Amino acid sequence: MAVRTQQAKKKTKKEFIPNIVVFACNWCSYAGADNAGTNRMQHSPHFRVIRTMCSGRVTPGFVLKAFKLGADGVLVSGCHFGDCHYIFGNYKAVEQFEKTKGLVKTLGLDLKRVRLEWVSAAEGVRWANLIDEFVGQIAELGPSPLNHKPKYG
Amino acid sequence: MNTAVEQLKKNRAFLCLECGKCTAVCPISKVNNAYSPRRLLAQGLFYGAEDIASDHLLWSCLTCLLCSQRCPVDVKYSDYMRDVRAVAHNMGHEGNASHGGALHYIMEMAASPKLKQNRTEWVTKDLKVKQKGDTLYFAGCLPYYEELFAKDFSFSPVSIAVDTVKILNHIGIEPVVLDNERCCGHDLYWLGRLGQFDELAKLNLKDFEQAGVKKVITSCPECAVALRQLYPERVGTGGPKVQHIAEVLAENKARLKLGEVTREVAFQDPCRLGRFMGVYDPPREVLSMIPGVTVSEMAHNRKGAICCGTTNWMNCDSCSKQIQKSRFDEARAAGAGTLVTACPKCQIHFRCAQCGEPEEKNGLELADFVNIVASALKS
Ligand code: SF4
Ligand code: SF4
Ligand code: FES
Repeated sequence: MAVRTQQAKKKTKKEFIPNIVVFACNWCSYAGADNAGTNRMQHSPHFRVIRTMCSGRVTPGFVLKAFKLGADGVLVSGCHFGDCHYIFGNYKAVEQFEKTKGLVKTLGLDLKRVRLEWVSAAEGVRWANLIDEFVGQIAELGPSPLNHKPKYG
Repeated sequence: MNTAVEQLKKNRAFLCLECGKCTAVCPISKVNNAYSPRRLLAQGLFYGAEDIASDHLLWSCLTCLLCSQRCPVDVKYSDYMRDVRAVAHNMGHEGNASHGGALHYIMEMAASPKLKQNRTEWVTKDLKVKQKGDTLYFAGCLPYYEELFAKDFSFSPVSIAVDTVKILNHIGIEPVVLDNERCCGHDLYWLGRLGQFDELAKLNLKDFEQAGVKKVITSCPECAVALRQLYPERVGTGGPKVQHIAEVLAENKARLKLGEVTREVAFQDPCRLGRFMGVYDPPREVLSMIPGVTVSEMAHNRKGAICCGTTNWMNCDSCSKQIQKSRFDEARAAGAGTLVTACPKCQIHFRCAQCGEPEEKNGLELADFVNIVASALKS
């Protein structure tokens, strides 16, 4: 674990500190993140979690708003198939994410900047690994070209 | 304060007689009796724009100009809405955006200096386009609509772009298509985000100048009205000449070689093409040139046409759906099998209203004006 933390630190320090927004569903992924925290697993701190009731709630608008407000990468995380608290919410998340990817691509952003993952409440280790990996990936890509504050509100 | 007075002079709101004609004709008021343009006007004038800024009905107005046509003292109600929305926007009110606001975020990001879009995938090998020249085809948001709506509504928005270029090639025009064309900003203007609109307008005009463009052709009436009327109003004249494809075709009738297509169509006048730009006849003329096509008129047509139910991707609700369905009824009553519009957004809204309705109840095909013309072209 120590090695992983160092790697994450090294990568982010060398380049820039990415802004990463994570949408995590209440029932699995958020609990998974909690699990990583309560088990004191070291992982990169460069992400902000927004809790949604289900990954199926995350429409393209959420992800695009994150990019508009200066995110460099967006991760959407939900329960594994069959585990969704609302039964088919994560299938809906897949549908929405397909649209999101289409829009992100048309906007000219690298598709590596968005990601859809499944993390269960028990998978604290997987969460920590995933975050480190995603932060590293975004650090390599550099700042988002859309990271631009409009002059007007 | 002074600017508010200036604005009121421009949009003539202070002349309102409270006669209520606007509320009587407004398509939204017809289906939602909580919405009344007269009330929003009277309340806004009496207590100030701040008083109605948090009213969510503020975002329901379609800015369709139907009321302004009837107003005895020529109050520019749509302009008044824009000005009040600008106040509301500055106070942090946003209204209810449809599609989770996805399209508004795209519009806002379109002004990013480092934007490098990936939007010309629809330009297939058989289409003749170029990088520089005097005539530009402005495709607008179609590539984004393709990603967002194609699957749900089983139609291809970019087919409108493809067919437009096909038709232009057919009449001997090889248009410029910009790789990194930005949003025209039309919706931002009507939502009162004028700063963002100006920014986009300047960027677009610069891009046109760089590509040596003298004339712009659009397949979307909103792009046309933005480039033709709103840019000169906000950022100065001297930009290129702007035409909607229907006008271009009406001028080039002799060059169109059309084969037979059997269809009974009704034409939905998009508010921006009709009431804003006064283009009523060109699309009808071109459609009725196609052998086998008969154009019938819906009960509300031309100047009195009713909007497709939502604009600016705002406040889409059951009222919008009611308006859309009443348009279907009118088209069916006119004996049409195909409802033709010349605006991609109208079609998206209509397609959405058809979703979940049994096929036999729908019984109406939807098509864009350019799709019909392109299907009739003789090679
Ligand atoms: S129609 Fe004109 S004068 Fe009459 S209430 Fe409406 S805005 Fe006022
Ligand atoms: S512009 Fe159209 S929607 Fe708005 S108040 Fe007037 S008639 Fe109603
Ligand atoms: S509740 Fe976790 S994906 Fe639906």
